[in-house]
Amino acid sequence: MSAATLNSVSQSLSAQEIKESKRNLKRRKLLAILFVAPLVFFILAAFVAPIGTMLYRSFYHPTVAQLVPETLTQLERWDSQSGAIPDKKTLITFTLELKQLAKARTAGKLAEEINRALPGSSSLIKFSARKLKKLDEQLLANNGDQRLLEFKKGKWGDPDLWQAIKQSGSVFTDRYYLTALDLKRDSSGSIVQRDTKIYLKLYWKSLKIALYITLLTILIGFPLSYYLATAKTKTANILMVFVLLPFWTSLLVRTTSWIALLQTNGVVNSTLQSLHIISDPLEMLYSQFSTILAMTHILLPFMILPLYSVMKGIDPSYYRAALSLGGKPIPAFIRIYMPMTLPGISAGSLLVFIISIGYYITPALVGGTDGQMISNIIAFHMQSSNNWELAAALGSLLLGLIIIIYWIYDRLVGVSNIKLG
Amino acid sequence: MFPSYFTFWQKLGMYALRITAWSTLAFLMIPILVIVPLSFNVEPYFTFTEGMLNFDPAAYSLKWYQEIWNDDKWVLAIKNSFYIGFWATIIATVLGTFAAIGLTKSEMPLQSAFMALLISPMIVPLIITAAGMFFFYSQLNLAGSYIGVIIAHAALGTPFVIITVNAALSGFDYSLVQASMGLGAKPVYTFFKVIMPLIRPGVISGALFAFITSFDEVVVVLFLAGPEQRTIPRQMFSGLREQINPTILAVAVLLVVVSAIMLLTIEFIRARSEKIRTGV
Repeated sequence: MSAATLNSVSQSLSAQEIKESKRNLKRRKLLAILFVAPLVFFILAAFVAPIGTMLYRSFYHPTVAQLVPETLTQLERWDSQSGAIPDKKTLITFTLELKQLAKARTAGKLAEEINRALPGSSSLIKFSARKLKKLDEQLLANNGDQRLLEFKKGKWGDPDLWQAIKQSGSVFTDRYYLTALDLKRDSSGSIVQRDTKIYLKLYWKSLKIALYITLLTILIGFPLSYYLATAKTKTANILMVFVLLPFWTSLLVRTTSWIALLQTNGVVNSTLQSLHIISDPLEMLYSQFSTILAMTHILLPFMILPLYSVMKGIDPSYYRAALSLGGKPIPAFIRIYMPMTLPGISAGSLLVFIISIGYYITPALVGGTDGQMISNIIAFHMQSSNNWELAAALGSLLLGLIIIIYWIYDRLVGVSNIKLG
Repeated sequence: MFPSYFTFWQKLGMYALRITAWSTLAFLMIPILVIVPLSFNVEPYFTFTEGMLNFDPAAYSLKWYQEIWNDDKWVLAIKNSFYIGFWATIIATVLGTFAAIGLTKSEMPLQSAFMALLISPMIVPLIITAAGMFFFYSQLNLAGSYIGVIIAHAALGTPFVIITVNAALSGFDYSLVQASMGLGAKPVYTFFKVIMPLIRPGVISGALFAFITSFDEVVVVLFLAGPEQRTIPRQMFSGLREQINPTILAVAVLLVVVSAIMLLTIEFIRARSEKIRTGV
């Protein structure tokens, strides 16, 4: 019971009764919350927290700050624009800290981190760490800076290297987002574009592939949905199994089938060859073509099911009325029937587009190099290059993109209109 | 066949529609059907041999199916898939059913916000979920453990339970609960004897959805599971990447059979609950 209804009946109720009823309402509210709470806590712990920590990791990066804390405090006094290297005291602090790292066998970690900011610096840091390990601490405290500058023909005299250490040392960083957007900071600290566009190209390609797949599923799914929606209920129910069985079949199974079909010696090639349509097998697998084909097949039911359920609800008499009023079949179909199917088309498009833009398995198996999408590069940075922060930044951008698409859709159409089956 | 007033062009249009519709159905089904005969191929190829096309019995064999049972990795994968799927389904169904009941109560505050939160595992791309879980679960020492994979799969399955139970509750008459309580039944008794029987079809459909979600899921397993927790799809993934072998086709056919059983069960439940609801 809402507050308004409570007020309207308050004249006929005693104060005691109102109090009672309010308490009752409170108790029912608490009961509803108690039912939902376990799952909310479960989802927060098992799902939201992991994604939250990943987002946090994309801009919070304390590794270098933990490895050489003293040096970084000293570097705060240093003006990176001066063109000179930091003062003697900073250099000595650094040699001492690097010696400690070498002893603890964590100098490699520092080298890897600095190398990301300044490629090529890894070997110098590792070499210096090895040398410093053997030197006496007392000696280094006096003239460690001179020793440091002797290594590798004075490479430590480069201010860019110190700039790289200072940059990597900041705990909060936009560095990974810049990389994910093909940007970087030049030595003066301003943001410039990178020469080669890797990630923006990949985002663009993923959007394009997702768009192709969405358009294909509309194009292929529309006639079938219309046919099913206008067929006799019994026929439609039987034919629906042919849509639902692929929907329920593991996507790994369907990807396997496409590999069997499209391989060089696969079913399609051998059929075409035995029919003498082609003489040499076509190379269809491991390309953008095979990715789009297999994903269209996998996602087609996501278009057909909402489209079918919308078309089922359209009264056929509108179209008949348009015809009997003198409309030609095709214009009447386009202007009367099609607009009524828009909720179905848009719901199906949202599902297909959002699912396909983050797809990983099928591009990884049938995509080759040409059919790779943004998810594949995220997996690559997670598993092979171990650049987890960049993977997190790329993932956050992908998530942001999907939330924007979802939000626009919710504004235009309303998410609650989506139905499956 | 067509009404007599149909013009030539209308008939042609109907034929064109029929042909497009049936070819789309063929496009949907052929990739799934084609692997069935291929899995009986005696040769280790992914294609039809001369002998198979001539229906030579010697060209067909069951050896790839035997291979599954002889390979410890596949046997472990099958066990794991059912074990993980079972526990993930239990967790998802119990938590999801309770949450759906709470969410549909009119007294529930912030209904749509909670709904969005609880549905979100379905919307976030799996690669992001998997990456996030990998970071987080490793810190808790849950990566490479059964518990980790089960929790992850349960989280992925709950949205389906909420959606199906929500749909089942949309026609639920809460005065039945008041009647039961008014007649002196305890809340727990009311839940199991009044609410449960009426929403059971929704709960079972949700559970099947949750199970198939776990059973088919591979991205999270790829990141989170160790060699001990390899599931069927995970084993297929590495099989397709490393060495393609018709055993995969045999497994694929078995999975199609599992999906067909699931589908028929769901459709059966749906048809029955429709009958109960409409009273036909």
